Amino acid sequence: MNELAITVIGRDRPGIVADVAEALARLGANLTDSTMTRLRGHFAMTLICVGPATADVEAALAPLAADGQLLATVRAVTPDGQTAPTGEPYVMAVHGADRMGIVAAMTRVLADAGGNVTDLSTRLTGSLYVVVAEVELPPGSSDEVAGRLARTAADLGVGVSLRPADTDLL
Amino acid sequence: MTAEYVGLGDWTVETLSVPGEVRPVVSAPDPVLSRPGPEVDPTSDEVVRLAADLVATMQVSPGCVGLAAPQVGVSAQVFAVDVTGHPKAVTVHGTFVLCNAKVVEASRWKAGREGCMSVPDLTGDVKRAGRLVVEGVLPGTGRPVRLVTDGFEARALQHEIDHCAGLLFLDRVAGAHAIYQRKVYL
Repeated sequence: MNELAITVIGRDRPGIVADVAEALARLGANLTDSTMTRLRGHFAMTLICVGPATADVEAALAPLAADGQLLATVRAVTPDGQTAPTGEPYVMAVHGADRMGIVAAMTRVLADAGGNVTDLSTRLTGSLYVVVAEVELPPGSSDEVAGRLARTAADLGVGVSLRPADTDLL
Repeated sequence: MTAEYVGLGDWTVETLSVPGEVRPVVSAPDPVLSRPGPEVDPTSDEVVRLAADLVATMQVSPGCVGLAAPQVGVSAQVFAVDVTGHPKAVTVHGTFVLCNAKVVEASRWKAGREGCMSVPDLTGDVKRAGRLVVEGVLPGTGRPVRLVTDGFEARALQHEIDHCAGLLFLDRVAGAHAIYQRKVYL
């Protein structure tokens, strides 16, 4: 079974998700995990689907890109299966005046501590820059990571918080 | 139902006078989880047995603080709750089962991430009331109760009452990016 990674990026308009999903459904492609948002007004969708050949999906999505407003890419990927969780889940929030290198510096601290970012959003609005990341940290490391994040954030002149993303099982 | 406060009184699981049996827990997408359960006769043998079984099944499930009838495959407005010893619990009513329960007052709404035994691989951010008044009926005796609670027990009650109405936490997530792959690192 082919597993395909598809991206669709371009000028937003109503109906892009429906058009993409319909083209895939016609091919018998099973849309599995997907995410879509608008990034600075641009439509941005990434999805994994299972089933058809790469060339068939490219051909099916070609009409969508014909007017030059959307770019669709398709590539075969190796199924990862279930990746084993690597640590304890936390949410890092950073906000402050925009400047170069905030994401690079803050995520480097996480990476150096063995942390794995599993979700990330960044937004620039006016001069305010915001980063929110879900990260898995090695068990017992959060206090030390929080300290390092605070020092790096101070150097950058931004604020940071690190809190557990604990789940209530009901 | 009178408007005055009526707590659990001397009701305990022993009041049911039947031994509970552990039933298998069903997972989404089992359609029973999406079907609103009917009201029940809290004094019927069937409901008394179901109540005892819900408690027994809850007690053998690690970390389980509540279990509703649809989760054991029965479409009915019956659920068990026990948040005793949970670090986030404030008010605690111990182990109890309610039939035909309704939320009559809800306030102090707060977002929190929750998971469910019947949706084992996902969690989601859901807003729940931190202060709650619930009215229902006790199985066995059929006596009406009015429970006033807060914090974690309030969250658990809302989650279970939702199950009885055919709703999962997935129906209440805060937005498109508020569901997550559950991270188990036991």
